[in-house]
Amino acid sequence: MAHTTEEVLAGLTELVTDETGIAADQVSLEKSFTDDLDIDSISMMTIVVNAEEKFDVKIPDDEVKNLTTVGEAVEFITKAQA
Amino acid sequence: MSPLRQSTGSPYTRILGLGAARGDTAVSNDEVAGPIDSSDEWIRQRTGVIERKRSSAHEGVIDLAERAAKEAQEKSGISPSDIGAVIVATISNPVQTPSLASLLAHRIGVAPAAAYDISAACAGYTYGIAQADALIRSGAASHVLVVGAEKLSELVEPTDRSISFLLGDGAGAAVVGPSDTIGIGPTIWGSDGSKWDAVGMNKPLKAAFEDREGGYPTLRQDGQAVFRWAVWEMAKVAKEALEVSGVSVEELTAFVPHQANMRIIDEFAKQLGLPESVLIARDIETTGNTSAASIPLAMHRLLEEHPGASGGLALQIGFGAGLVFGAQVVTLP
Repeated sequence: MAHTTEEVLAGLTELVTDETGIAADQVSLEKSFTDDLDIDSISMMTIVVNAEEKFDVKIPDDEVKNLTTVGEAVEFITKAQA
Repeated sequence: MSPLRQSTGSPYTRILGLGAARGDTAVSNDEVAGPIDSSDEWIRQRTGVIERKRSSAHEGVIDLAERAAKEAQEKSGISPSDIGAVIVATISNPVQTPSLASLLAHRIGVAPAAAYDISAACAGYTYGIAQADALIRSGAASHVLVVGAEKLSELVEPTDRSISFLLGDGAGAAVVGPSDTIGIGPTIWGSDGSKWDAVGMNKPLKAAFEDREGGYPTLRQDGQAVFRWAVWEMAKVAKEALEVSGVSVEELTAFVPHQANMRIIDEFAKQLGLPESVLIARDIETTGNTSAASIPLAMHRLLEEHPGASGGLALQIGFGAGLVFGAQVVTLP
């Protein structure tokens, strides 16, 4: 069953927290992965691969570059589940 | 007419001896950080590299290969005349032809051994071990010298943030020969040319020649794409190599992956579920990424630091430009 936007945000937040140790309350839709959360490209890729597994979606390499904010990632994953 | 004959060799093979040579100059993170607007801390955090070894101008890739090869030959306890083939894995032969291998064979006194180079980038050494094993078992050679040799400092662009600052110079060598027991498991190897441009030279030689101001071709990579492939796709390859060898992670003494980036090595170990008892080669910390040379260099160091590991089983895996990959379980010499 497809996850709701809220569920995707909660799940993604968990992955970000696991990978980087960033507090969950710091992760919100408008935050930029690189500029606000200071997540480097390697951690980003680890989060992407874990998100693919968690939400059963494919996030191609080319698409990762477009996912600047948490909100964009949540939107992509939510749509990709459909 | 008499019937055609085919050769057969020893049924089993193993690595008899290893040799190592690193560039003669230690280059610190501070020395490479300036042109990429970076810092020692940034490089350490993202790559685990503290320094890389690079060769000074008078030390060529052939000199590194010669040092490593001589040590491997001496440690293997065989005489140079026993070596029937020399395989050099490299991407830094300064000329497109002739091969580095034929010059190396001459320099170390093993001519007229067969000699050729292979172009499989960071997987080159594992390709070489696969070939050595096959050549010996088929009877094409009794002993084979496999060398990974690189002078990557000649292929770097100081302002490149994707790979240049990681690269080092060195050569690692192995003498492979007949054995009473199985010392080299089946190789899992392959390629994925759909990612041909994910890592490699930034332009062809001719283009560089025609655009004199653009400079010599240098190495580049799409780090994110390579990282994903190197960890999650290669973890599958590594597991397959264990499976076909009939070896579990608990039975391994060591894990010796290509030294591309410490973060790849860490994530790799996590994906494979390696127990704490398995020694993990982390030579990249002070040697840098030396492409085809990195696995034998890392294994050589691991054995120097843990002599008791000799005789144990090691999983080695190389992966890189092509993209290409190769993995096998070997008995540590």
